[in-house]
Order: sequence, then C-alpha cells, then structure tokens
Amino acid sequence: MPELALGPLFESLRMSTIRLLVGTKKGAFVLTSDGTRRKWSVSGPFFAGWEIYHLKGSLADPNRIYCSQSSGWFGQIIQRSDDGGQTWHTPGSKPEDLQGEHGMPKGESNKFAYDTQAAPLTTHMWYDGTQHPWEFKRVWHIEPSLTDPDVAYAGVEDAAIFKTTNGGRSWHELSGLRGHGTGPQWQPGAGGMGAHTILLDPQNPGRIFTAISAAGCFRSDDDGQSWRPINRGLRSQYIPDPNAEVGHCVHRIAQHGGRPNTLFMQKHWDVMRSDDGGDNWTEVSGDLPTDFGFPIDINANDPNTVYVVPITSDSLHYPPEGKLRVYRSKTGGQHWEPLTKGLPQQDCYVNILRDAMCVDTLDPCGIYFGTTGGQVYASADNGDSWNAIVRDLPAVLSVEVQIIP
Amino acid sequence: MIRVALPYHLCTLAGHHQDILLDVTPPITISSVLDALEFKFPMLRGTIRDHSTKKRRDFLRFFACNQDFSNSSPDTPLPPQVAAGTEPFLIIGAIAGG
Repeated sequence: MPELALGPLFESLRMSTIRLLVGTKKGAFVLTSDGTRRKWSVSGPFFAGWEIYHLKGSLADPNRIYCSQSSGWFGQIIQRSDDGGQTWHTPGSKPEDLQGEHGMPKGESNKFAYDTQAAPLTTHMWYDGTQHPWEFKRVWHIEPSLTDPDVAYAGVEDAAIFKTTNGGRSWHELSGLRGHGTGPQWQPGAGGMGAHTILLDPQNPGRIFTAISAAGCFRSDDDGQSWRPINRGLRSQYIPDPNAEVGHCVHRIAQHGGRPNTLFMQKHWDVMRSDDGGDNWTEVSGDLPTDFGFPIDINANDPNTVYVVPITSDSLHYPPEGKLRVYRSKTGGQHWEPLTKGLPQQDCYVNILRDAMCVDTLDPCGIYFGTTGGQVYASADNGDSWNAIVRDLPAVLSVEVQIIP
Repeated sequence: MIRVALPYHLCTLAGHHQDILLDVTPPITISSVLDALEFKFPMLRGTIRDHSTKKRRDFLRFFACNQDFSNSSPDTPLPPQVAAGTEPFLIIGAIAGG
C-alpha cells in the first residue's frame, strides 16, 4: 500500500472500518481493516465446505448481511447475520420463529418456488432447442434494499428474481421478469442460466436493472412487477441473429449512483456503455487488449472512471500473456490504461469472476477483486497500486465491501 | 425414540453434532421420520428432500440396518430396530468419486 501523508485525511480514513465480504468455493470469509486499508485481519471460514456464491450487507443496516450458501448435495441455504458477520442463522429458524400461524414450522428461507401458473412461465429453451421446465438450482446474487434491511432481491438459476420482505424468512418470485414474453427464448450457456446482476437505482425508486446469462439485460420501473428487455445495440456473433432482442451473454453491468442513467457492461465479448438507462448501448472497448472478461465497476468518486479485468478469450479464461492487469478508463470507455503495480506480471493464470470485484466509497477510492487462485487484491489509491491482502483462500466467487462508520 | 444420523454439513446446519432423537408417531416410515426431523429442525427443510414434491435430493442416501431405502417409497415402514431406537436411520451424502 502507498504511504499516505499523516494528516487530517489519514486520521479521517483511520476512523473508518472497512469490511470485505468474500464468498468462495469452500466458505465465506470476512476481511477487516481501517480506512487506510493497509493492514487486514481475516475471519472465517464461515459455512466451511459450502459454496458461497454471494454475500452482501444492507446499506440501511450494515450489520445485516445476507448470504447465499449452496451445495450439490444439500441445495440452497440462505444465511443472515445481524451483527456484521460474527454470528449467522437461517432466517425463520430462531426459537421464536419456529411456530407458524398453524403451528407448523416455517423453514422456508431456502424455498424458491417459481410461479408456473401458465405460459409463458412454464418453460424455457433447453440446450437441444426444445422447451424445458424451469428448475431452481441456486442463488447467484443477493441485493439488499437501499432503504429497508428486511427487503432483499435474489437473482437465481434458472434465471429469475425473488424478493423477500421479511428479512429472508420467505421469498416470492417477481414473475413479470420471466413472464414478459421472451422467457421461452432464454437458453442457458455452458455455465447455466443465472440472474447474476441486480442494480437498484438510488435516484429512481422502483427502477431495477438485472442481467442474465445468457438472455441479456432487463429493466423494471415498477419495483419488479413488469420488465422489458434493454439490449438494443448489443451485437453477439454467437447467436443466430447477432442483434436479437434477447440471447446476449451479459456478464455484468455497473451503475454509478450519482449518474444512474449511465450504465457500463462487460459482455461475453465487448465492453458497452448506455447513457439512457439501458435503452441503447454503444461499444467502448476501444484499445483494450481483449474485450472479454467478467467484472466491471466504476470509481465511486468519478462516474467516468471504469475498471475491467481483461481475460484472454472465452476459451482461455486467464489474463493475456499470464499478466494480471486491471484496465482503467478515465474517459468513460474507449481509452484504457493497464494497472500493474503490485499485480503479478508473469505466470498468472487465474480468472476473476463477475461478482468478484467491487469498489468502496472512500476518497481515494478503494478497488478490490478476488481470483480463482484464492488471492484478494486491494488498491487504496484508485487502482494505481495493488496489494494482495490474502493469498491462499479457496477460489473466490464474490467480493463485496462495506464502510462501517 | 427414533435415532437419526445426519451427514457432517447438516449436523452443522442444525447445530447438533450427535445422533438426533425424535419422538415419532407410528407408523415409522421414511416420510414420518423426515417430517419429525424437519419439524424439530426447520432449517433442514429443502436440504434432504424437495420442499414441495418431497422427492429425495439426488446426492443423498437413506440407509438402515444394512439396507438401502434410498429408492423406497416414502411410506415404506422402517425396520423394527429403527422403530425401537436400537439402530439409527442414516442419512448419508453420496460419495463424490474421483
């Protein structure tokens, strides 16, 4: 980490607590530091041996953290912490929760039942082109409400969004997403068909963006009741009609809270930008060495500063030339610079998954990402320099950051 | 009392690392034992069998008295030794292989 001059800024940063929530293939970890982001402590593994696709804290109550825990053997579990990750429970299973209205246990925090009342909600396209019933597999992403700690949205595989309004005790589907009309055309890619990105617009209550592999982007303006595809301008050579309304493999989208109509997207190939809330997209890959990749994020203090981690190709999921480089654009795309200081520049063959990069809201902005090799890298200076704050975790699936006042 | 042995990860989830003792109203069947188990430990619902269909999860096995009940009807009576509590009903995670 760079040396910060001792002074008011240093003292201000030192008063903050940074909490990184890291989901891995074999458990969850909580990494903490003060705002200088120099020294970190590691706690965990929580839920050792389980896949932790994602965990994220509530902005309304930072001690409220939701966690998606899953296993090929035992299926999906939802965990919740109300004390900043020190202790956890499955919502609805505390002693006071055990009896429901009719004297039966609830135990429904991991029940994700699709609305399959009628077409088009009954089937989607299978690998062989036939129609196939929707089957719940796991929760890929949990997005807590910006204002209510008991409200959260879950993006799941097979692609759908569920919502809880009772702190995760039960979930109901926002079936307008699958039911708006194109659902039967959605087809899984090799990695499955998951709703992996959920963005809640901080300036337009009720506006939600989601991205689905391999269907594309969708927007709701009524808190998830109705949805429409927003993929105009995307071009994907791997589908029969490269300009189709749906079928694009969007890997991640990012939004800056101060300029919510501007979105950035890392698509399977191509880095894209929209300035009208997703209605139209233009490519901003520019001079990137490769425009394949998974995560994308935006500097909290500058909506024109964007970060991606280029990956060689869809066949070679590691950095070009074995050099791990974050690329930063200070111009909202097109012109990109490699950030290499502190990152391995030889023999590096890890991947960085879509939910494994995040930014904090301090100034200078902190950027964090985890790798499939188990490293978590942090920059406390807008990406100019990096440090591995932990090196030997299981493969990292997700990284989220919280600033604790 | 019926004895039920869980795999490691479900023991952790239930917060109970010994055989579980259940008071089950006869008949003692796979279904009645699992109903009682999920009633006492609701966090296990959905981890052994589907919430709605009650179908066994693919990678779990049900054993008792050296017999495999994994593919038996949920209403199959379990052996008298299980009903008497002298032998446990075993819920086993299938081996991963490799």
